[in-house]
Amino acid sequence: MTVEPKLYQVDTFAVGNRLLDPAQRSEQARADRSNAITSGHRACQGCGEVLGARYVLDAAMRATGGNMVAANATGCLEVFSTPYPETSWQLPWLHSLFGNAPAVASGMAAALRAQGRSDTRVVAQAGDGGTVDIGFGCLSGMFERNDDVLFVCYDNEGYMNTGVQRSGATPPAARTANTKALGPEPGNAFGQGKFVPLIAMAHEIPYVATATVADLRDLEAKVETAMGMSGARYLHVLVPCPLGWGSASEDTIKVARLARETGIFPVFEAERGRITAVSKIRRWQPVEEYLRIQRRYAHLFGEPRRDDIVARIQAQADHNIDRFGLLDDDPGYEQDQE
Amino acid sequence: MPVRSQIEGSQAVARAVARCRPQVVAAYPISPQTHIVESLADLVRTGELDPCEYLMVESELGAMSACIGSSAMGSRTYTATASQGLLFMAEALFNASGLGLPIVMTVANRAIGAPINIWNDHSDSMSMRDSGWVQLFASSNQEAVDLHVQAFRLAERLSLPVMVCMDGFVLTHAVEQVDVPEQDEVDAFLPPFTPRQQLDPAQPVSIGAMVGPEAFTEVKYLMHARQMQALDEIPRIAADFEAAFGRPAGGLVRPYRTDDAETVVVALGSQVGTIEVVVDQLRDEGHPVGLLDVTCFRPWPRDEVRRALAGAANVVVLEKAFAVGAGGIVGQNTRLALAGTPTVVHDVVAGLGGRPVTAAAVRGLLDDVLAGRVDPHRLHFLGLRTDLVDGQLRRDAASVPGPHAESMLREAGVIGSGSH
Amino acid sequence: MEKPFAITLDVGSSKANKTGSWRTERPVYVDLLPPCSNACPAGEDVRSWLYDAEEGGAGYERAWRTIMEDNPFPAIMGRVCYHPCETACNRGQLDEAVGINSVERFLGDEALREGWSVSVDAPSTGKKVLVVGAGPSGLSAAYHLARRGHAVTILEAGPMAGGMMRFGIPAYRLPREVLDAEVQRILDLGVRLELDAKVTDLDATMAEGGYDAAFLSVGAQVGRRAYIPAGSAAHVLDAVSMLHGLAEGERPLLGRRVAVYGGGNTALDAARTARRLGASEAVVVYRRTRDRMPAHESEVREAEDEGVLFRWLTTIKQVEGGAMTVERMELDDTGFPQPTGEVDELAADSLVLALGQDTDLSLLDAMPDVAVDDGVVQVDGTLMTGRPGVFAGGDMVPGERSVTVGVGHGRHAAEQIDAWLAGRAPRVPADRAVAPYDGLNTWYFADAPRTHRPTLETVRRQSTFDEVVQGLDEDNALYEARRCMSCGTCFQCDNCFGVCPDNAVLKIGRPGEPYLIDLDYCKGCGLCASECPSGAIAMEPEEI
Repeated sequence: MTVEPKLYQVDTFAVGNRLLDPAQRSEQARADRSNAITSGHRACQGCGEVLGARYVLDAAMRATGGNMVAANATGCLEVFSTPYPETSWQLPWLHSLFGNAPAVASGMAAALRAQGRSDTRVVAQAGDGGTVDIGFGCLSGMFERNDDVLFVCYDNEGYMNTGVQRSGATPPAARTANTKALGPEPGNAFGQGKFVPLIAMAHEIPYVATATVADLRDLEAKVETAMGMSGARYLHVLVPCPLGWGSASEDTIKVARLARETGIFPVFEAERGRITAVSKIRRWQPVEEYLRIQRRYAHLFGEPRRDDIVARIQAQADHNIDRFGLLDDDPGYEQDQE
Repeated sequence: MPVRSQIEGSQAVARAVARCRPQVVAAYPISPQTHIVESLADLVRTGELDPCEYLMVESELGAMSACIGSSAMGSRTYTATASQGLLFMAEALFNASGLGLPIVMTVANRAIGAPINIWNDHSDSMSMRDSGWVQLFASSNQEAVDLHVQAFRLAERLSLPVMVCMDGFVLTHAVEQVDVPEQDEVDAFLPPFTPRQQLDPAQPVSIGAMVGPEAFTEVKYLMHARQMQALDEIPRIAADFEAAFGRPAGGLVRPYRTDDAETVVVALGSQVGTIEVVVDQLRDEGHPVGLLDVTCFRPWPRDEVRRALAGAANVVVLEKAFAVGAGGIVGQNTRLALAGTPTVVHDVVAGLGGRPVTAAAVRGLLDDVLAGRVDPHRLHFLGLRTDLVDGQLRRDAASVPGPHAESMLREAGVIGSGSH
Repeated sequence: MEKPFAITLDVGSSKANKTGSWRTERPVYVDLLPPCSNACPAGEDVRSWLYDAEEGGAGYERAWRTIMEDNPFPAIMGRVCYHPCETACNRGQLDEAVGINSVERFLGDEALREGWSVSVDAPSTGKKVLVVGAGPSGLSAAYHLARRGHAVTILEAGPMAGGMMRFGIPAYRLPREVLDAEVQRILDLGVRLELDAKVTDLDATMAEGGYDAAFLSVGAQVGRRAYIPAGSAAHVLDAVSMLHGLAEGERPLLGRRVAVYGGGNTALDAARTARRLGASEAVVVYRRTRDRMPAHESEVREAEDEGVLFRWLTTIKQVEGGAMTVERMELDDTGFPQPTGEVDELAADSLVLALGQDTDLSLLDAMPDVAVDDGVVQVDGTLMTGRPGVFAGGDMVPGERSVTVGVGHGRHAAEQIDAWLAGRAPRVPADRAVAPYDGLNTWYFADAPRTHRPTLETVRRQSTFDEVVQGLDEDNALYEARRCMSCGTCFQCDNCFGVCPDNAVLKIGRPGEPYLIDLDYCKGCGLCASECPSGAIAMEPEEI
């Protein structure tokens, strides 16, 4: 009797699932995954960025059959992976500067094109500082030229390598070393936001996606989709930083999950400037659940509580939920676009 | 056979570069480099330069960064810039040299603002003299063409980036007779690029590690050693070039009538043509005067400079840039080369921001030097308009008085009263 | 490639840097007792057999064999067990408890369909063990003793094996062919069963048969009577006798209107049976409220569905032909019912008493060293009575009375008898921590509400003894099995392997050891433990 079971226990929520056909399991579940960044690196305990990088690069290695090269911006990811005389990388990898990874990658892609090696693919990666701030000009140029590069931003919402200062991706009210919880408006200012995925979409590049380290299968699928395309592609991965966010090292994935489940961080993908899919919130939670487990927001829950600020953050999450259609009963982005 | 034709310097350089078969060109437009990169864009577009990817990047930082990526992928890589653009790539310049990537770049030398100024001097290249790039200065468009062909060979032989400096407008926009080497000649002279290291999935490496105090000095020492190797390699390449193309070009320094010269002018770039004319005049008049054209400024050919200048009583370094608040740049290097000799070195700044260095002005300067009217302990500015600075200096000296302010005032007066 | 000094490095060289030295805590894989097993009176390793069943196909037989290690009646359990496992199931706090019982029934039925059997793999011990009573407890003990190599004889007073499974539980809950098949499987192991063989003097029987040990499991088959003034025309009978008679083919005369007195499962069985026997009205009279009924909720619900009526807070004062006088009760502050003096009349052609059962302990009359208290035999922690070598279990010892408890006693006693016969110390079960709900990371479990077993349409089941609750089909059984959250033990989801930022979890796939922590590199961040769905990793402090 052939059986089509309706349920796979952990389905695709967990990394692996012995009940699934091996071909359907995640790359991270494979004992022979490439471990593009291997043991011995100096990332902090529970680092979300190194996890994100391994998830992304292993998936990309699988998609390209290992035929790829990587450009890396200066930042935590670079510093903790390649202090002389040791490197943790297991793929061809180049670190040049903080603000130029997109352009370095463009040059790599151009060289490969000139050499007629279209089978070798280029991935560039940077933290949020190297992406949304100092590398932004180069990134936009790479997008505009539609160079054949997958650019991955590991967004930990600040300059963690230099001691946790704010970046253009630091959220409002978050405490950093230069936006301390002092004065009447503690933490980072409420600005207009600089959400590079939307800016990337404005370039109408072939593919833009957001993801978190809390949803491996989604992330891997997006990498696979991206590597199946050519031209400029952008992947923005939320990677909690236990050090900078003041979260427990074991909570890295939980924090990322809450970022998604509260609507603080919308997870979606877009092609040629149009949103094509949204990851719906599975178990909605108020933003306080997300904020409370991070010491960078501790000043909102001290004496006096700053419910006014929590409400403003909640409003931002609600805005995301509305804008991207993150809840199940929400007609969502499609209607907005028609 | 090469065709001698009337051609703009930029066009000639672009064609020479194209015949070096760069696989990737990444450039951002800035005057006076534009005609070079425009011409290369045309050559790529028409398929005359093929295969080659031309990247229209969003900035000079992007240009040099793309070159870094391309070169690390093992492609022959070229770019061109000038002035502010060179400064905007500063960070990437140090990175390219630190990673030992054999990129060739033309710098169409131009002043640096503020005040913004598009005309020629050497402030841009000189500001990057410690960036770890080889710096070759072209005295003519023919030499600019020839130096590019040599630059690729040098760069790839030593895994070092090379900057070919040619005076903006003076050379880049000048139309004159230039031999542009033919493709087969260049192919014979310049072997295909075999990278010292490259990104290769078959042989993965991590390039660009973080190096701490335990090995940083050694890395830098090895960079220095490699630059010093260029001092041996450059004359070899120049000799090969002459053998292949039948004309001299390149090398470290080019002495002109320095035999038995008591006074030698040291200069870089296109002004050497003018200076040669003045040297010839003075020689005709019986004055033992010569010229040392420094083609290779980095690495600094100390021994060759010393050999060429050691017999002279006076050396006049005529340079198109200076270290503000300190003095001459080439002058300082020349003094280093002449350390322990009785030769007197005069630092003279000339041709800033496009001010012409005329034969008359050079003649006036040399007359003053020969007459002992030039104080070797002061920095001189050829053709300084004291009428424009005098009032300002007086006001400044009044508001911030002191011996240095008074000295500047005196100096301006001396220069103003002198013949140069 | 001529690599430039220091700036270009060989890939993977960081493995020389053993970051394990950063660690202050280390992850350790644990194997906690899941609440289902903790609650199971029969001591089944529920999580293990669900794990096998999750695979489907060949996994079903493995799952069934895992059950059979503890309980010889999967198909019966899947029908009559009140499944305390499900009450304890952690999934109940997430959505609904895993339908463990229905999966067990599926596996039991699958075994019967496929003819799976077990064998005696242990060598013969040469010991003879007597089991008195062929109810669930006695059969269970016989099964486990036989599989351990002992020669077992069951002496059963009645005409058929099964005890309360046959005489107390109606066929609409437990079809007889299922019961017969699972009993036969035990007899197929070589267990000797003698029917109509009532033991009246245990000492004599043991001596006569040369038994080395005995297990007593005579049950509680005597219906308890209460004194209710009754007129001569009143028709009063007890539920145990009624059900027993029915099992033997008698059809009791009940009339159209039947009242059942009591609040336990037997009361409901009697009322539901009355409906099937043609009563147009079956009323359960109970002196307390519904929430205080000892009967199981599922039975109450099914009875209601079948049209059984209830009179809560009511006692019966007097019975006459065709009518009863009843009194309304009120609960006092302690929840005890107190009479109110308000009386009413209830029309009823017959009254069935379901007020509890007693044990016939006459076989112990000659054994003063076996203590009896409050009508039940006193036993120690190994279920041994005051007489060495004589053990007892099931309804005749203190404790909850249910088929599953009896089966558990049988197994427990078999283990102890085995030890006692071998001269070993009694086995003391390891005290294992129970896996708590808050130790799980339930995010990872797919949203999967429980599949309820289909029930016979109500009209049909009011008039027939066809089985009311149907089994799951294979799809649904698989689905249900896969709802198990594997509380407290690894089920190889690869989360630890995947979420380690330091690649310090090695996937080695050895049986019983799917993963290994690479302590050379583990920094002790705790992500593996935090993201383990089943709470199977504990962080333990390093000794520094």
